[in-house]
Amino acid sequence: MFDWMMNFFYSLPTVMQILIGIQLIVIPLMLAVAYTTFAERKVIGYAHVRIGPNRVGPRGWLQPIADALKLLTKEVIVPTNANRFLFLSAPVLTIAPALAAWAVIPFFDGGALANVNAGLLYLLALTSLGVYGIIIAGWASNSKYALLGSLRSAAQLVSYEIAMGFALVGVLMAAGTLNVGGIIEAQSGSMYHWFLLPLLPLFFVYFISGVAETNRAPFDVAEGESEIVAGFHVEYSGMAFAVFFLAEYANMILISALTAILFLGGWLSPFQGILPQAAFDLPVIGSLLDHGIHWFLFKTAIFLFAFLWFRATFPRYRYDQIMRLGWKVLIPVTIVWLFVEGVLVAFNVGPWFA
Amino acid sequence: MTFELILFYAFGAILLGAALAMISVRNPVHAALFLVVCFVAAAAIWLLAEAEFLGIVLVLVYVGAVMVLFLFVVMMLDINLAKLREGFTEYLPVGVVVAAAMATVLVLVITRYITMEVPERAGPEYANTEALGAILYTEYVYPFEIAAVILLVAIIAAISLTMRKRPDNKSIDPGQQMAVSREGRVRMVSMPSEKKRAPRRSAQGSGSGASDDDASK
Amino acid sequence: MNFEIPNFLPAVPEMFVLGMACLILVIDAFLPDSRRDITYGLVQATLVAAAGLTLWMMGPETVLTFSDTFVKDPMADILKVAVYVTSFLVFLYARPYLMERGIHKGEFYILGLFAVLGMMIMISGHNLLTLYLGLELLSLSSYALVAFWRDSTRATEAAMKYFVLGALASGLLLYGMSMIYGMTGSLDIAVIAAELTAADESLNIPLVFGLVFLVVAIAFKLGAVPFHMWVPDVYDGAPTAVTLFIATAPKIAAFAFLMRLLVEGMGPMHADWQGMLIILAVLSLAVGNVIAIAQTSIKRMLAYSTIAHVGFVFMGILAGTDSGYASAMFYVIVYAITAAGGFGMIVFLSRKGYEADQIDDFKGLAQRNPWFAFIMLLLLFSMAGVPPTVGFYAKLAVIQAAVGADLVWLGVVAVIFSVIGAFYYLRVVKMMFFDAPKDENAEPVQPSGALATALSINGLAVLALGIFPGLLLSITHYAIIG
Repeated sequence: MFDWMMNFFYSLPTVMQILIGIQLIVIPLMLAVAYTTFAERKVIGYAHVRIGPNRVGPRGWLQPIADALKLLTKEVIVPTNANRFLFLSAPVLTIAPALAAWAVIPFFDGGALANVNAGLLYLLALTSLGVYGIIIAGWASNSKYALLGSLRSAAQLVSYEIAMGFALVGVLMAAGTLNVGGIIEAQSGSMYHWFLLPLLPLFFVYFISGVAETNRAPFDVAEGESEIVAGFHVEYSGMAFAVFFLAEYANMILISALTAILFLGGWLSPFQGILPQAAFDLPVIGSLLDHGIHWFLFKTAIFLFAFLWFRATFPRYRYDQIMRLGWKVLIPVTIVWLFVEGVLVAFNVGPWFA
Repeated sequence: MTFELILFYAFGAILLGAALAMISVRNPVHAALFLVVCFVAAAAIWLLAEAEFLGIVLVLVYVGAVMVLFLFVVMMLDINLAKLREGFTEYLPVGVVVAAAMATVLVLVITRYITMEVPERAGPEYANTEALGAILYTEYVYPFEIAAVILLVAIIAAISLTMRKRPDNKSIDPGQQMAVSREGRVRMVSMPSEKKRAPRRSAQGSGSGASDDDASK
Repeated sequence: MNFEIPNFLPAVPEMFVLGMACLILVIDAFLPDSRRDITYGLVQATLVAAAGLTLWMMGPETVLTFSDTFVKDPMADILKVAVYVTSFLVFLYARPYLMERGIHKGEFYILGLFAVLGMMIMISGHNLLTLYLGLELLSLSSYALVAFWRDSTRATEAAMKYFVLGALASGLLLYGMSMIYGMTGSLDIAVIAAELTAADESLNIPLVFGLVFLVVAIAFKLGAVPFHMWVPDVYDGAPTAVTLFIATAPKIAAFAFLMRLLVEGMGPMHADWQGMLIILAVLSLAVGNVIAIAQTSIKRMLAYSTIAHVGFVFMGILAGTDSGYASAMFYVIVYAITAAGGFGMIVFLSRKGYEADQIDDFKGLAQRNPWFAFIMLLLLFSMAGVPPTVGFYAKLAVIQAAVGADLVWLGVVAVIFSVIGAFYYLRVVKMMFFDAPKDENAEPVQPSGALATALSINGLAVLALGIFPGLLLSITHYAIIG
């Protein structure tokens, strides 16, 4: 049956294929976003020794649907003296890059919407665009809190972009390609071939920067409730607010997915090269053990959980400490490790750079 | 007209329109945003020319970093446009003459003196990033290194011109904070335990009296 | 991709200076303020060692490397040595000035060293890209140096002017270069020259257009009239130690830039740029010499004198003959050494809170210290072109070259303006020897330290080179003609 569906898919015109591909990515993504919010409340609830949402639907499973319906039906209030056009386009500008970045993510072998040569650069460029939504939202709201929040956030994003970029440089040095699929293939072999081990410092830098890039706790000064209410989106309500919310969670999932791809080998199976070939030939278990989208989703989920875990665990950084961490700790660490990596690559050290 | 040509003219039109808007709008934030649109359109044209590295880097560097900082500054500044526009009409004739001369020469050069055939389309295996890297680190390695030195000098200059140690600066030293030990902060006093006293009506003294009261409740 | 590892050997001095600059930068970051002398010593040692390297590798042949973007020929070697020597003098003179004012920072020397690197790159540039990048490296370091004394508002203002006009000039230069690239299809100096020789007449309009931009940009950078407006302001506003630097060694590099770009690259278009340079030269001579008379600040006076000297350098180059180029090279080296002495004297006479930058401050110098009045006399005579100082031979050689190229009227103009120029130099001499010192600084000048020794040697060198001009003349002759 799969063959029949694939044949039908490939017989469609290219435009149709792309449109279907987009739907196949965006709809599950939106569902994932909705249930991430639910997971967040549950995880933090358990971390706080509470139960979390459990009223709507069986065990609270319909909670995100209820939230979405509530936000959809609320009025979008445009503040007086706000710049209406920019005010309304800011949420769009935030979510568009968060969704567009998924175009180059390979979910399984060859399963990317666009197999771009410079995929890594594309990702870097698109993640750097998200800041415009925040800046414009802050400015167009005509509110002091919003402006302060957007300034904080813009400075933070631009600062951590550098550390993030350097970490990606490390990845591309190790992989020798900018193509995201190529990066995953460069990590194949066994679990020890993943870039996690040789690039361990860069992995930490990347994930920390990723948390900062998404303005999540403990780097959430941009919306720090106790200081500036909600930061850049303080004036937003209803669906406009929901779009910001969606973008934040979509970005979280994106960063988790990218970390999984760049350092943990994406859809590669951790058992590859460890279990004998016979294990993969087993009927059902074999296909579970083998490479596939399920590993990618599983690895992504680990990092997504880490996001929630951080939020429940760490107190918020002070603003100057955030800047210090970004500029004086993460960037030097990446530069030092790039140098070390250069030496490793030059001398073909280990199974990674041979 | 091929699809690519349509895209080229579309992005070209956006580019020119945004550029015109950028220099003519009144609000500096809008001007900066129009400049962003310009950059994005230019990046798209780079992509059409199969120079994906240049296009993406244009977005990454100019749109993602430079213009963000630019917007940052513009948003915080209170720019007096009336003052900036003073003398505009005075200098307009000179500007028009210079612009006309430049335009004439550009048009002349492009239409009359430079004849270029349409370059061959490269195949899908062609990677602009790789080609650029290969030529930068081989044929143009010397200018490339000099450019790096110029950036280094820019960093040195910027730091030496802005960093000053101010005695009134109260910034904290995180290293010092981290190095704090319990011994430096807490003095353990060994005191004989106090005897439990009978509850009293009136508190004597402010501090200890209050706690005594609390204990007695 | 077949690529050969380039021959690094010709560029060893550049790489050495770059490596040392980075090393000193790191060392300086860990030095306490009281130990800045270590930075100073290292920078001076770097210059000496670089001079040693350049002299050791000197050879008559022309070597191209780095895909022909770098050239090492006798002219490059000699000009580089001249740059090292003047920069060495400049740092030596500048140190006491900076220490007295509490701005003795490592950045001065480090930026200076990067500027020297920029000059070396310009001198050895054989490609429009390297020439431009070298110029930018030099300019960027210079802007930062001018703004370096942050507590001085005048210095900051000067830096702003310098930066804005410098950036404009860079823009013009790039525009011109892109026109030439568009017409010749190459950035390589030699290829451009070959293309221009082979090009047919119809290509001339855009080429001349590009050439105009190049010449205007160079005139801006050199401060030739009518693009000279920034020179007096910047020279006057910058701390004297920095004026000392930007007025001397960069002129040598600018000469090399002119040679590489106009003579080697655009050589086939000599007839076109000769006319432009004649206009610039005549205007520079006239404006520089006449306006200098009206100045009361000696730094502004020397700034206008620089403009006039630039006119002379142009005269040598526009002659379009080898002896003309050699004479211009001779002139620019002599100018750099003399100007270093002249600005060095201002530094020498200044104290904390007293800049000695007014002409009046030189009144009665002969009573306060006859020896240094004599040294200043030598330097001023050399600038004015009075025999037997070396300045005389420099002017003579340039005017000979102009006359040799059938530009007798230009020679006459140069002589007339030299005579006018002599007036303001001699006025300072008259003040030093025949006027009484101003009341507030009547005490004798106490010579002390390396500055006094170096200044004496500098002044005497101007005299010695004037008595025996053959040495430097033959060196420049060798550099150009071989």
